[in-house]
Amino acid sequence: MATNNEVIRVENICKVFDGNIRALDDCSLTITKGEVVAIIGPSGSGKSTFLRCLNLLEQPTSGKVIFDGVDITSEKVNLDLHRRKMGMVFQHFNLFPHMTVKKNITLAPVRLKLKTQAEADKVAMQLLERIGLPDKADTYPAMLSGGQKQRIAIVRALAMEPEVMLFDEPTSALDPEMVGEVLDVMKELAKSGMTMAVVTHEMGFAREVADRVVFMDSGKILEINTPDELFDHPQNPRTQLFLSKVL
Amino acid sequence: MWWSNLFTDASPASFFNFSFLPKYAAFFVQGIEYTLLLAVVSVLLAIIPALLLALMRLSKNRLVKGLAGAYIALFRSTPLLVQLSIIYFGLFGVINIPRYSLFGFVDLSRFVPGVVALALNSSAYVAEIFRAGILAVDSGQMEAARSLGLSKWSGMQLVVLPQAIKNVLPAIANEIVTMVKESSICSMLGMAELMFGAKAVASSTYITLAPYTLAAMIYFCINYPASKAIEAIERRMRRGDKQ
Repeated sequence: MATNNEVIRVENICKVFDGNIRALDDCSLTITKGEVVAIIGPSGSGKSTFLRCLNLLEQPTSGKVIFDGVDITSEKVNLDLHRRKMGMVFQHFNLFPHMTVKKNITLAPVRLKLKTQAEADKVAMQLLERIGLPDKADTYPAMLSGGQKQRIAIVRALAMEPEVMLFDEPTSALDPEMVGEVLDVMKELAKSGMTMAVVTHEMGFAREVADRVVFMDSGKILEINTPDELFDHPQNPRTQLFLSKVL
Repeated sequence: MWWSNLFTDASPASFFNFSFLPKYAAFFVQGIEYTLLLAVVSVLLAIIPALLLALMRLSKNRLVKGLAGAYIALFRSTPLLVQLSIIYFGLFGVINIPRYSLFGFVDLSRFVPGVVALALNSSAYVAEIFRAGILAVDSGQMEAARSLGLSKWSGMQLVVLPQAIKNVLPAIANEIVTMVKESSICSMLGMAELMFGAKAVASSTYITLAPYTLAAMIYFCINYPASKAIEAIERRMRRGDKQ
């Protein structure tokens, strides 16, 4: 059943915290190359936990995550090598505060010997041009606005030339006027053909950019469909209830 | 004036009978130097083992974690004087340090055991400082490093530790202040630090109280300004973080 353009296949993952809190209950999903998948659902539904299981920041209690045909939940794989190819953007940016913007972007590629410092610097400047912040290369994160921080966090992940980008509520910690600039970068990224999984509360973004939308509640994936179908004709009663409240 | 005969004909038990000063001032000057040397060297020596202990404490391996935990518990739950005696008579009863004199007044055969004991003791405390400092760095920092493909050790080394160390610098400076006081216990084993100097003066002049008063004043004059300065630096650092 594996097709050539499949990037991530999640098979029946469960996540149980502290022995009894069931954060994920038998979730399966396949993400294909170039696809943008938006994951929506109420708070505490497990959507962030699900996303964090994709690059194993959260170790699933059971089930498999297959990335590029390799089961990365297996103890035998070198997870660090696979994580290089999965960029991640966090709700709270998590830029390294003791490094300049440029150093934030070049740290991993240089440290992992994928690029020399000079090459990495050049790529960093190109990426900063792309998001309109080349003049911030030598400043520290503390001097930036939330929107700027998040755009830089996105290019920091892009500097590793990942095959897939994971976004964990990338606009939830932003002031409303800064949401747009971050979403614009993400839209451009989607247009360029990047494979993306986005946990989001931005229904407009999910509808406009996503190829498929996943609705989760109480740790379960309840509905997967195209945005038009899911938003206009939700099948599951809980999806209907959720959408009636947020739209 | 009320103070005019303070230094001349006060009783031997007077707080301020400093008539020994002209003759014995050198005891105190050398004592201060010895004390500062003991405190600074032992805390500096403690830093690397402490960092190692802190990382061991945070390890997932239960044996490694337990070993570091046991070390820290042992050194924090027994008196320094007892540790010092065991290390001096036990460890350095076996290892022989030559009677070589540093700067003319630091006898290595006593100084080295003293410094080793203080450093071993201090590393248990500094380890807990480091551990708290590492835990205080937001867990998102390590997650970001790992998500970029960096190993746990690289993330620790490049991302978490630089932030943790900056945060704990004031606490480590405070540990030196503590050590300046605690090192007075080394006088029991004949190390010529400040307290030893005071004792020596007291016993050779029969002025029983004032040498100790002077020692107390000197300790205070070193530690109080130092801890105030550290507080000020801490306040400034906290303001810097808020930007």
